[in-house]
Amino acid sequence: MQRVYLDNAATTQVLPEVVEAMLPYYTTCYGNPSGFHSFSREAHKGLDAARRTVASCLNAADPSEITFTGGGSEGDNMILRGAAKANRKKGKHIITTAIEHHAILHTLAAMEAEGVAEVTYLPVDAYGRVTPEQVKAAIRPDTVLVSVMFANNEVGTIEPIAEIGAVCREAGVLFHTDAVQAVGHVPVDVQAMHIDLLTLTAHKFHGPKGAGAIYVRKGVRLPALIQGGAQENKRRAGTENIPGIVGLARALEIQTERLAKNAEKMTALREKLIRGIFERIPDVTLNGHRTERLPNNVNFCLRYIESESVLLWLDLNGIAASSGSACTSGSLDPSHVLLAMGISHEAANGSLRLTLSELTTEAEIDYVLETLPPIVQRLRDMSPIYPKGA
Amino acid sequence: MIYSEKVLDHFQNPRNVGEIPDADGVGTVGNAKCGDIMQMFIKVGDGEVIEDVKFKTFGCGAAIATSSMATELIKGKRIEEALALTNEAVVEALEGLPPVKIHCSVLAEEAVKAAVEDYRKKQAQQNG
Repeated sequence: MQRVYLDNAATTQVLPEVVEAMLPYYTTCYGNPSGFHSFSREAHKGLDAARRTVASCLNAADPSEITFTGGGSEGDNMILRGAAKANRKKGKHIITTAIEHHAILHTLAAMEAEGVAEVTYLPVDAYGRVTPEQVKAAIRPDTVLVSVMFANNEVGTIEPIAEIGAVCREAGVLFHTDAVQAVGHVPVDVQAMHIDLLTLTAHKFHGPKGAGAIYVRKGVRLPALIQGGAQENKRRAGTENIPGIVGLARALEIQTERLAKNAEKMTALREKLIRGIFERIPDVTLNGHRTERLPNNVNFCLRYIESESVLLWLDLNGIAASSGSACTSGSLDPSHVLLAMGISHEAANGSLRLTLSELTTEAEIDYVLETLPPIVQRLRDMSPIYPKGA
Repeated sequence: MIYSEKVLDHFQNPRNVGEIPDADGVGTVGNAKCGDIMQMFIKVGDGEVIEDVKFKTFGCGAAIATSSMATELIKGKRIEEALALTNEAVVEALEGLPPVKIHCSVLAEEAVKAAVEDYRKKQAQQNG
């Protein structure tokens, strides 16, 4: 059976050239970079080069602004808790949005429960966008951090990050962006966009799992979350995952190089998929912004049916898709992102997310467009809420 | 999410899908907000035997499979027997359900009971 992978927002295939870059750090240059001998020096060299590459891809002013982590959730936790701790004399007010990833929302909820944060959750419009004006109006004298995701993981909407960054910089408030879905997919420039803190993770751009990084602008205080040794400038204890870090840097280098070309290719396929679904299936709505959208994201609500049964049928036909975030699929509640965009519970229960990568082909999109409509019709025919004769 | 072969079979080839236009009892349970709606139609013949049963379901794979299995388990049975159907019996017949999907089997049991209740109500109206 043909297999089609359209769940690239959940994770991506590690490119062979990335694996190739990683392998020597498992088998040859396997030293602990904190040691004193030649094995350590080799590993340290790889670590330094990776740091320079990541800094350059984000246009950071200095490689020391990059700290490697174990992934996106760790980065988000570290930044939220660290920024709150370092600035507690100023206050504990944090501004974020209603559509963040759970790595942000659940961490902030825990911090509120512990009494170390007071959080304002900004609402979003029907397309999932917040405005710089909303952020500006929410800033108070005791605001210590603004955290707005670069691009949404479910609906792909891109937020006005540079404008929000400018508002925060002017107000003298730290600005963090969870850029896990954006890095390697759309241009990210930490200096031009006035970003103080940023989270990224390798496996969203064809790098390995378990390797991430944060950007911390020089001069911003951020205490360690994980304590122990003096690794990562004392910001993150623990022996560095050198193969993972080298893979992260190589993957980011490749994706930065191919960014414009990949974006063009994926946008064309995305548009074909969106148009095709609109043409072939009645009673569907596109979720997210029509143009301010990640090149690889398609998200629809299929009315009168429930997501999981669609996903099961697609899976039986070899197509890997999701209903929203992989991190919420263990829960039975509809997506908090769709609900925040004002979509009804019933419609939100029928969401379908298809996320492309540079490896997606036009033939695969054709296969999806051929496979999906009869699945939807079959499920609608057995749905008690499907209007007869519609 | 890993479903048993039996669940996947009933999901892909659901038994007794549809409506009975002149049903003797119709039960609808669940709501779109929680993500599952089951509708069950029964046709009752002599000796209170369920001669025909059909269902329509909005929901996940488990919701469709449990509805389908419930209709199989009550078809040709007497009303009293249908009322005795438990969600555990549906789960067992499907060779198990993931823990987060057990509520679907409860909904299937409730759909059967709601259809029978509707049948009883209609009987009472006719006789009264």
